[in-house]
Amino acid sequence: MPFNISDIRADFPILSQTIYKRPLIYFDNAATTQKPVQVIRAISNYYEQDNCNIHRGVHYLSVKATEAFEEARNEIREFINAHATHEVVFTKGASESLNLVASSFGKKFLKPGDEVITTIMEHHSNFVPWQMICEEKGAVLKVAGILPDGQLDLEHLYSLISDRTRIIALTHVSNVLGTINPVKEIIAHAHSKGIPVLIDGAQGVSHIPVDVTDLDCDFYCFSGHKMYGPMGIGVLYGKERWLEELPPYQTGGEMVKDVTVERTTFNELPFKFEAGTPNVEGVIGLRAANQYLRNLGMDNIRAYEDELLKHAVERFSAIEDMRFYGTAPEKASLVSFLVGDIHPFDAGTIIDKMGIAVRTGHHCAQPLIDHFGIPGTVRASFAFYNTIEEIDKLAEAVKRVKTMFK
Amino acid sequence: MTIQETENQIIDEFASFDDWLDKYDIILDMGKSLPPIDPKFKTDQYIISGCQSKVWLHAEYRDGKVFFTADSDAIITKGIVSMLVKVLSGQTPDAIQSADLNFINSIGLKEHLSPTRSNGLASMVKQMKLYAMVFKMKG
Repeated sequence: MPFNISDIRADFPILSQTIYKRPLIYFDNAATTQKPVQVIRAISNYYEQDNCNIHRGVHYLSVKATEAFEEARNEIREFINAHATHEVVFTKGASESLNLVASSFGKKFLKPGDEVITTIMEHHSNFVPWQMICEEKGAVLKVAGILPDGQLDLEHLYSLISDRTRIIALTHVSNVLGTINPVKEIIAHAHSKGIPVLIDGAQGVSHIPVDVTDLDCDFYCFSGHKMYGPMGIGVLYGKERWLEELPPYQTGGEMVKDVTVERTTFNELPFKFEAGTPNVEGVIGLRAANQYLRNLGMDNIRAYEDELLKHAVERFSAIEDMRFYGTAPEKASLVSFLVGDIHPFDAGTIIDKMGIAVRTGHHCAQPLIDHFGIPGTVRASFAFYNTIEEIDKLAEAVKRVKTMFK
Repeated sequence: MTIQETENQIIDEFASFDDWLDKYDIILDMGKSLPPIDPKFKTDQYIISGCQSKVWLHAEYRDGKVFFTADSDAIITKGIVSMLVKVLSGQTPDAIQSADLNFINSIGLKEHLSPTRSNGLASMVKQMKLYAMVFKMKG
């Protein structure tokens, strides 16, 4: 084992509680991850010692808070290996990052008859904003399909590309299937045709090492709360040339250079996209989460989570009538499944009463669930604080569900 | 039997079970005893859509009383639906409209009726009361 699991679990106070008289097992990590004490302390320390509005004040606290905020930005830059700090924009989360790009990119570059390509496995956050902006601009949204094992159908994706394609927006890792898409290859292919690519990394950053320079993606979006940081903070990485070209998404304080009665000029990157007082607490917490991940090492995390996944697949495969959704060879550590014809809501309700948090339903990816023609799935998504024993308990719980609903 | 009497009967049934899984076993059994809804009412027109499970609800007005039939695609939801039908079916519109359905709290299933819970049950109760109101107005 690459790291000491009991030490790690001791960092996550929430995990030691008992629910329904049973020890809590938390397998809803794809929805949000739990927070280590390091993150919780960083936030309370900030409010106890450093709280101040940033970028404007000349006084001690303001300078200190601004420094911490901008150091955090630089650390995030290092974490994803971006070229420049101003390519890292803080947002409310991946959803806002995606909405920002869809809206600003659409406003500037989409004309009637233009095309945007996305995939059937997208989270609504990377689907609906494009659907809306395409409708507004008279552009066409094209949707690439998947293969039976949940891999993206690359042939289909590439066949959708035309001389009207303006951008390709796809997920790094599917939140339902766990599929890790070959984004580097897709980006290279798209770039050979002069098409920029946006990657929704909400399920990527917490599981696999991400290097935006190596990927050469034009945009990469992710949320803090899915990578052990606080809620309400996220990141938009964008290549400088794109961020320079995109018009602002929202306006207000901080993001303007000069405002006269006649006209307004906008601040430089990244502030052009950060209107209003930012979520300083969120950024401070995200920084602590990021440091925590770096200490563990993303490669170690990936290796350990792969072990968890392998064990889960082995254990669950032995259960009769188990159907997996998403069995791609390159997969993040989650399993989506149904057992026999048991409704996912029924399964999830009983599993919950056994102290295990799993997610049921369509996971905000209705087009994908419709594609399978099912009411939803049960999803167990793992994090590095989960254990083999916990997975065994889930397997037992699933067997119990089978008995109850026979 | 009055609404309150049926509620008390259900509360008694649950009282002897402490473990959650045992409680759910009763709920599943109750689902099985739900009289089937006429298939012609199992259409989108009669659906109460929740995010996760679907409920179909039909109501008839006879001799000053409202009679419900229902179904769900999830068995736990169906069990809770069957309790609501058992309690409210065959009652007068006035009684249905004023029922507070506290038994759901008493047996510890409050979470299932919370409007933020996406299983359609909260909407179902609303719909049952709406039927009662409409039948009363039509007289």
